[in-house]
Amino acid sequence: MVILQKDVEMKLRSIVEKIYGDLMAGEVPELSLPSRTKNNIVLDEENLVWRYGSQMVSRKASSTDGAGYLIKTIYVIEFILDMMRSGKSSTLREMYYISEGWNLGKFHSQSESNLTAEDLEVVSNLLREDFKLRPEENGASVIGNLTIEERNRKGIFKRINCKDDVGDAGYQIPYSVEEDKLRIVSGDADFVLAIETGGMFDRLVENGFDEELNAILVHLKGQPARSTRRLLKRLNTELNLPVIVFTDGDPWSFRIFASVAYGAIKTAHISQYLAVPTAEFVGITATDILTYDLPTDRLSEHDVDALNSELKDPRFNTDFWKSEIEIMLKTGKKAEQQALAKYGLDFVTTEYLPEKLSQLGVIRR
Amino acid sequence: MSEKGRSPHSSPVEISISEFFEKNRHILGFDSPQKALYMIVKEALDNSLDACEENGILPDIYIRIAKVDQDRYEITIRDNGPGIGRKEIPNVFGKLLYGSRFHAYKQSRGQQGIGITAAVLYGQTTTGKPSEIITKRAGDDVAFRFVLGINVKSNTPNVMVEEPVIWDQKSGTEIKITARARYHTGKQSVVEYMRETAAVNPNMELTYDDPDGNRMVFRRVADMISRTAEEVKPYPVGLEIGEIKHLAGQSSRKTVREFLVGDFSRITPGIADEILSFAGVDIEKRPGKLTTEEISRIKDAMRKVNVPPPPLRCLSPFGEIFIRKGLMNVYGDLKPSFYSKPVERKPSVYNSNPFSVEVGFVYGGDLPVDQQIRIVRYANKVPLLYQAGACAITRAVQETDWRPYGLEQRGGNGTPYGPLILLVHVYGVRIPYTSESKEAVAPVPKILEEIKAALRTAGRELKRYHQKSLKRKKAYEKFNLVGVMLPEIARKSASLLGRSVPDIDPVISKIANVLFITEDISKSGDRVSVTCHVFNYTKQIRSFRLVAFPPVGNIEGTDEFNIEKLESSRRIDIDFQVSDVKGNYPGTIYYFKGIDPIHVLGAEPLPADWKVSGIEVEVGDS
Repeated sequence: MVILQKDVEMKLRSIVEKIYGDLMAGEVPELSLPSRTKNNIVLDEENLVWRYGSQMVSRKASSTDGAGYLIKTIYVIEFILDMMRSGKSSTLREMYYISEGWNLGKFHSQSESNLTAEDLEVVSNLLREDFKLRPEENGASVIGNLTIEERNRKGIFKRINCKDDVGDAGYQIPYSVEEDKLRIVSGDADFVLAIETGGMFDRLVENGFDEELNAILVHLKGQPARSTRRLLKRLNTELNLPVIVFTDGDPWSFRIFASVAYGAIKTAHISQYLAVPTAEFVGITATDILTYDLPTDRLSEHDVDALNSELKDPRFNTDFWKSEIEIMLKTGKKAEQQALAKYGLDFVTTEYLPEKLSQLGVIRR
Repeated sequence: MSEKGRSPHSSPVEISISEFFEKNRHILGFDSPQKALYMIVKEALDNSLDACEENGILPDIYIRIAKVDQDRYEITIRDNGPGIGRKEIPNVFGKLLYGSRFHAYKQSRGQQGIGITAAVLYGQTTTGKPSEIITKRAGDDVAFRFVLGINVKSNTPNVMVEEPVIWDQKSGTEIKITARARYHTGKQSVVEYMRETAAVNPNMELTYDDPDGNRMVFRRVADMISRTAEEVKPYPVGLEIGEIKHLAGQSSRKTVREFLVGDFSRITPGIADEILSFAGVDIEKRPGKLTTEEISRIKDAMRKVNVPPPPLRCLSPFGEIFIRKGLMNVYGDLKPSFYSKPVERKPSVYNSNPFSVEVGFVYGGDLPVDQQIRIVRYANKVPLLYQAGACAITRAVQETDWRPYGLEQRGGNGTPYGPLILLVHVYGVRIPYTSESKEAVAPVPKILEEIKAALRTAGRELKRYHQKSLKRKKAYEKFNLVGVMLPEIARKSASLLGRSVPDIDPVISKIANVLFITEDISKSGDRVSVTCHVFNYTKQIRSFRLVAFPPVGNIEGTDEFNIEKLESSRRIDIDFQVSDVKGNYPGTIYYFKGIDPIHVLGAEPLPADWKVSGIEVEVGDS
């Protein structure tokens, strides 16, 4: 995935060329790119991930929104080209603040600037790392018998074992986990367990779950950042480890699983680098809530809307998910991972996970 | 029923009307010292305006409020009205329910003959002091001065002094009352009352000296005499039996037929015959001899026969100009963006009394968006400042669903939110009020219904404006697109690629469909030279009128320009000079006329109140 700076520059300039060319020809300037909604994601049979389909949207200068978008895009491109020439990089948040000085190109929210950066990836077929733009560190971490080498600020690759060389917080996943930043040396584990909440991650660490069941634990920290998903993908393909996702039992957590397994709608253009199509969901399922009689909260109106929208989401179009979503809608209940503590602090590591993981065939009891 | 509340020896004691009101002064609105001051000023001012209006006099009013001690004030109100006959004075000011208009069939501010006497009574009760009245009729050499109070037990005037005095005024009346009162200037104060009264009576000149020695003058800004109501004979339909009986008893007509034709409005001989044959009453019978049974039949017959609607001469609406003034007084410096054409309902009848409703409103602009709308209430040309919650006007607003007209209103009832000032005027002969103090119109179904109908018409007007302004917003976005964003795309893309900036006119004409007005200015000394550019980016040839309004300084020569047949994609330049500009010139404001607003950017439609002046208030020392 390493691309020459010269090519990046050329691709970005060609976007501006298109706009300029339209003006010269007396045409209303326009950029078109794939529609980035759930109605336009299709299954990529080859890679088994969900990617953008053929629907295109047009950003045209005949409306103020469209014209504003084109102006912002030109400003972002100019900013990236400047950074490349001066050998700098910036975080997405920094770019959002820098845009304060861009007048008509000013972003009104960071999600707007993030979306524009993603659009540029989609249009140019490049990654934002190529643009010298990176996200904030988000603190997601790894614990387990995994050895990696990370290139530090001085450019030296340093070897780290994610069980012996780190504290209880684990190894912090850097913003880029590409080969030029992070090398996977070896791993001795049977599977990777990706955990949504910090509370549950800490519980499994304290209970020594990684050593007991020979697992690499990855803390997703809510909806996982790109680099976290990319690392899961690399552990899956390079070490051949199955990836198991363990989240709360609510509609938003189901989406976390979907983005790990099938790719997120926002980043469907790079799903093949990020998604682990073989990932499996261990829980908490709607069925678990009934089977284990877990303490619950009522679904909010918002939750119900989210579930109904998932029923129309192609990524959830499987028998397993349809039945789980319908059970949750019927019972009207959701539960947190930590609800398992109803049966004691050890219940999750001695009963729940071993039972569920053996059902999935990941371990043998 | 409990026996506890009743005294074993109680027997009914007759009390006079004065005694009753002395003990129940809240019924007349004198329920607090603050309110009492307001009521005294209001009653006297309403009487003065009625008297002037009836006699075709441009009102000159003087009001003074002076502090006597901690909680007592002396209130003086003087007018240039026709004056009051010497013999009438004791009864007008010293006897409750003595009203010259009590049985008059026309719209006026006062009607029951209670108000001013109640003020005299209140002053007497709270300070022990009598009131002082000076009055002079036109043509008389001398004025008469009275000092009088009220004999409460018998409801009769108690005249202490009656003497001729020299008064340098041609005619008029002055009353001075000392009363327990509290003075304030905020909401629901005498000052607010004067201001709202001045707003809809622009032909009045009102001078006011306040207790702190400040003088306020509400200038006369219109010399016209307001459209006055004429007295008409009672409208027959809906009259009560007792009222018909009373009229029949008083009638000097010889036959019932003549009585019906002569003593009521809208009854022709043909209609009278019809009524009487329906009722089975002999047309030759003397009116005084009619039995109650016959009168009842006549009353029912009047409903069955087709009597034309009541005459309008007895009603006196504000009309468009005065409504605009009333609204202007409320919004002050906050310029609204929309001025409605007032809605005037056709008169209706309530209890055989004709009445009607008019509604005006202003909307948008600088008015606050996130607050409840303001409702300005008038009844028979008198501002209503108290008892909003009990008033038919407030109720009608709250019971109307404003959401379809573009206002925010939870659940479709209650006072809506939005940048709206609504003026509602209910006027008619004997408007029913919720109390004797006439602070709120009684919410009787017939009146509520009429107010609501007027509000709905106003609402539809508001909705039309919303639809237009939405179109204008779209047009404004185009302005931004054409004038700012497209040039920026051209400039920015060219500079990034290191090429020359492309000509974007062909692209503009592809997206815009507007007339576009901008200007260049240059200043030297206190003179500003302006070049106004008018671009026609539409596809048609355009002709219209442009008005230039410099916010500071004076324009030299004409401020109106005719733009004749400006062709598509062409530009025309207009040059003019503005003199006496001190400091910065903020740019000219342009108005246009004679073209659909959705086609114009950079200018506003000429406001409806262009060159109409508001109330002028001067503040200084007295």
